[in-house]
Parts: sequence; C-alpha cells; structure tokens
Amino acid sequence: MIALLVRDLRLAFRAGGGFGLGLAFFLIMAVLVPLGVGPEPDILARIAPGILWVGALLACLLSLDRIFALDFEDGSLDLLATAPVPLEGVVSIKALAHWLTTGLPLVLVSPVLGLLLYLPPQAYIWLVVSLALGTPALSVIGTFGAALTVGLKRGGLLLSLLVLPLYIPTLVFGAEVVARGAQGLEVATPVALLAGITAGAVALLPFASALVIRINLR
Amino acid sequence: MQDEVLLRHFVTKGRILGLSVTNLACARGGIPLLEGVGFSLEAGQALVLRGPNGCGKTTLLRTIAGLQPAQAGDITCPADSIAYAAHADGLKTTLSVAENLSFWAAIYGTKGIEDALDKMNLRPLAGRAAQNLSAGQKRRLGLARLMVTGRPIWVLDEPTVSLDTVSVALFADVVRAHLAGGGMALIATHIDLGLPEVGVLDLTPFKASLDSTGSGHFDEAFL
Amino acid sequence: MASLWEYANPLKFMRTTDWLLPVVAVAAVVTTATGLIWGFFFTPDDFRQGSTVKIVFLHVPAAMMAINAWVMMLVASLVWLIRRHHVSALAAKAAAPIGLTMTFIGLFTGAVWGQPMWGTWWAWDPRLTSFLILFLFYLGYIALWSAIDDPDTGADLTAVLCLVGSVFAVLSRYAALFWNQGLHQGASLSVAPGTRMDWAYKAPLYVSMVGFGLIFVALVLAGTRTEIRARRMKALVARERMV
Repeated sequence: MIALLVRDLRLAFRAGGGFGLGLAFFLIMAVLVPLGVGPEPDILARIAPGILWVGALLACLLSLDRIFALDFEDGSLDLLATAPVPLEGVVSIKALAHWLTTGLPLVLVSPVLGLLLYLPPQAYIWLVVSLALGTPALSVIGTFGAALTVGLKRGGLLLSLLVLPLYIPTLVFGAEVVARGAQGLEVATPVALLAGITAGAVALLPFASALVIRINLR
Repeated sequence: MQDEVLLRHFVTKGRILGLSVTNLACARGGIPLLEGVGFSLEAGQALVLRGPNGCGKTTLLRTIAGLQPAQAGDITCPADSIAYAAHADGLKTTLSVAENLSFWAAIYGTKGIEDALDKMNLRPLAGRAAQNLSAGQKRRLGLARLMVTGRPIWVLDEPTVSLDTVSVALFADVVRAHLAGGGMALIATHIDLGLPEVGVLDLTPFKASLDSTGSGHFDEAFL
Repeated sequence: MASLWEYANPLKFMRTTDWLLPVVAVAAVVTTATGLIWGFFFTPDDFRQGSTVKIVFLHVPAAMMAINAWVMMLVASLVWLIRRHHVSALAAKAAAPIGLTMTFIGLFTGAVWGQPMWGTWWAWDPRLTSFLILFLFYLGYIALWSAIDDPDTGADLTAVLCLVGSVFAVLSRYAALFWNQGLHQGASLSVAPGTRMDWAYKAPLYVSMVGFGLIFVALVLAGTRTEIRARRMKALVARERMV
C-alpha cells in the first residue's frame, strides 16, 4: 500500500505528472475574478469565501480524470485488481495521493490568495481549516467519479457532470465556514457538518469506488 | 531461492495443489464465447491455449484471473496463487526499470528484483526510464514482473508479442525454470515456444453455441 | 399466487403491459384532464393571488413526481443490484428522462408563478435550489447511461450512481436549507402549498396528482417496453454474430 502511494506521488512529481496544474489553476482563478468583478475591496471581501471554495473545487476537478485513466490505459489497473491488495485500499490510496498532490497544496496556498481577495483577517484561520477539512472529501468523491468513468472515451466531461453535483454539500458547508468566520459569527455547526461529510465520504465511498472499478474492468 | 518459496506455496497438507477448471463458460459484453472448458494443471505443468482470433482466449484468461465472473462452471486453485499478465504490461513510463519492478515486488510482498533482472537480461537497463525502452524490452520487463510476484500459477496472454527470437528463447527458459521449481503456466499464444513438454488445448471445440445458452443465461429472455 | 418477481421476466412483462399500458394510459389522460379542467375552470380565484394560483394544479403534481421518480429509480436500482432483474434496470433507465421533465415542469411553472407573485422568476429559496440540484442529478444519471455501451455495465454503474447520488441529494437538500437560512434570514418567499387550502382547491389538486402519477406510470411502462425491445434487438444482433 505504501508502495502504491510512493509510486503515485513519484509519478505525479516527475515530468509530465501534472503536479501543480491544479495549484496554477487555483491561482489563475483568484487573479481573474478581481479582474472580472472589479477591484473594490468590499465586494471582493464579500465574495472571497465563495470564490476561493469554488476555485478549490474546480482545481480538484481538473486532475480527477488522471486518477485511474493512466493506470487503466497501460494495464496497471488490471494488474492491481489481481494483486494481493484489496481494491478498496487501492482506491483509498489513490484518493490520498490525489489529495496530497492537489488538495494539500491548495490548503497551504489559500491564505496567499485570500490576501489577493481582501479576505478579512479573522477569516484566514477558517479558510485553512475549512479547506483542510473539506478537500479530502473532494478527493474521495472525485475518486468515485473517476472510477465510474474509467473506461469511457468521453470520460472527462462526463466526470465533471457526475462529480460536481456530489460536491454541493461540501461546497455549501465549506464556504459557509469561511463566510461566518469573516463575519465573526459562530462556525462550530458548519465545521462539524463539513467534518461529518468528509468522515462519511472517506469511510464509505471507497467501497462504492472499488465496486465500480470491478464492474468497469469486467 | 525462489523455487523454495514456490514449493512452500504449493505443498499444503502433503498434497500438491494446482489449477483446475471444470465446465467453464465465459462471455464478453453479454455475448457467450466459450462453454464447457475444462482442464487441470499440476505443479510443473504448463498448458498452451490456441484458437483463432476472437475465440475468447483473453476472456478465458481474464475469467481465470478473477477479473470477470464466470457464466458457469468452477475454477479451483489455492488462494493468492495466480499472477496475471495481460497484453499491456502495466509499466509506468517515467519510472525506471528497477523502480517499476520494485513497485510490483512491494505490492506482492516479495523481496529482491535482482533475480528477475538477471534472468530477463534487464540488468544493463535497470536505471533506464521505461519510456526509453524498445517494445521488446518493455515486454521483457512486463514478464520480469511475473517473476517478482512469487506466485506459482502464471496466466499469460500473448506473452511473446514483440519479442525477438533470442528473447523468446529467454522467456522459454524462464518458463522452464518456473515449471522446474514447481510452478505452473497457462499461456495463450500462437507461436511455438520451444517447450516440447507443454500440453496444448485448442479452444475451437468449446465455442459457445446458441442452443446451449438458452437456460440459465442472463439474457435468456432477450435472446 | 404468482410471485411479483415473475414480472421481472422481460417476456412476461411485455405480455402483461400489452394490455396494461393502454388501460393506464387512458386512465392517466382522463384523470389528469379531469383534475386540470376542474382546477382551471371550476375553482374560485384566490382572494390574494387571483387566478395565478391555478398553476398550482400543474406545479405541485409535477414537483411531486419529480421526487417520486427519483425514489422509484432508487428502488429499481436496488432491485437490479440485489436480484439482477433486467426489467428493473431498464425501468430505472426509462424513468430518468421522465423525472427530468417533471423537474423541469416544476421549475418552469414555479418561475411562471413566481414572477407575478414574488416579482421574480427565480429566488435562491431552499426548495427551489433543491429542485435545481435534483435537475443536475438527473442530468448526470442520464449522461452516464448514454455514455456506456454495454447494457449490463451501464445498469450496474448507474445503479451505484443512483444510490450514492441519493445520499448526496438528501445531503444537498439539507445543505440548501442550512445555506439559505444562514445567509438570508427571513427572505424565504416559499408558500407551502396545500397548508392553507380549502377543499375547493384540494379536491382537484388531488385528482391532478393522481393523474400525474398515472402519466408517470404509463410513460415508464412505455419507456421500459422500448428499452426491452432495444435490448432484444441488441441480443438478436449478437445472435447473428454468434452463428
């Protein structure tokens, strides 16, 4: 299992692995929105939580189709499915690798982008907390979507259509945490709900993903 | 060393276990391809599957490897005993030869890729990225993967594609050594591997016919 | 007595629906027409909303069927996953576009009703938002079906998507409630239909709801028959190839 994680990380970091694409996308989002909306601090500060969360979500989405597609094309997925490792574990590790290469960098870089969008100072901590809690769910849900579309020719676009509705609860609670944090309101409820969704997704969705992979390999 | 591992794998309660397939039927995309397939392999034996293109060799091997369910029949073999090698080698092009092999060794929980590197003549290429290998070299790396799995039953789908004659001989030697160590091999191939002791099973007579697919088949009511 | 599962056999299903479908279809047309005509022409105008209120006879049944169709797909998906009855999978497939249409009718009539009542075509009210989200779930489900060639793989994958999607749809519903209350306290414009209605409205509304239910059943039966025939055609082509 560790070997699989190490391999996936190594592949992501080597040339052509696509590491950093999501991060770059996130950055571009945060630059384009002020250019489109205008430089007024009040407006930007108001929409910053939503923009940052939608940006994180789209950045995650961008790299989802790579999770299984490459392994499917070169036959590794067949071999992994016949290897003495549970497929549920394989999909969990894949999701973890996706989070480490996409979600975690987003969490770390988000305060800088918050700066660009005039995020109120008291909201930074909640921005980081909410992304840290929410992005694992984005990776796990995305892995499920990637598993659903693994053998399909037009997988990429379909993947977005399938995954984005599933992202709604995470987005709502995540952005709500930051928005409340910015207004200095109580945030415990949305934080708990966000954590609950992540915990549930991490615990249960790998079974669905593994089931779907088995169906797709049949 | 690897031979001992194999033997320990095999001899359970003083009995040598092998692969046994009885009355197997398999389908691809809902279309029945083969039925009534039966054979058995014991330690040290190999079987070559033959048949025209599209007759279901790959489907049969995938079914035996556990990637798809059998429509009927039984496949019995010891747990965790099959190593499957498909058309695609499952190589990561940006990883080196040694890294590719080490990964599979770690997945299968075996130690040492040295033996496999030597036997498939990959030692000089160990540090090279897989994307810089020729087709034949890639294939050899894919077959070396089998050796690091430490599993007794090799299920091979067209293993000699893109190998030159020298490499085919090399591969035959590896299979022979595997058999001598108590291993087994099920190989779908068109060419003569130069393994005279190996049995051959022609799949043509097992082609699924319409009459017999009637009862019990999923699509019964649609067909 | 014959087991219910016998109807899961495609042949038996076709034979039964041969006579059942016309019966249900006629009943659906008669009931819906009765409900709508009664509702539109033989009910008094509302003292506050005037005649615009009468769109309720389209709006509420459609919205109800939008949700019921998803529930039906969920049940059919479960039946397929557990008992592997092909008719069940095909019925789920047939129900999806109908559910999508019902959701659209619900949203559209809501907008038409909302314009004169609330002064806006659209409001990010939790109920409206939930329906929009449901619309997206239908789109995803249908898109996945249409993307997969192998019918059994398609049935399996969409069934799993339906199960997972149901959980997330419910979560989204609560998220929408939470989100709106959280940001726009007191801005809710939603009139809970049926709560303050008297029987002059309720009776035709119920007739109309039953009518929409029957329309749904008739359309699902017709759709399932089409799917079975398409499936049979595929099987025949496969048969050709085997000989």
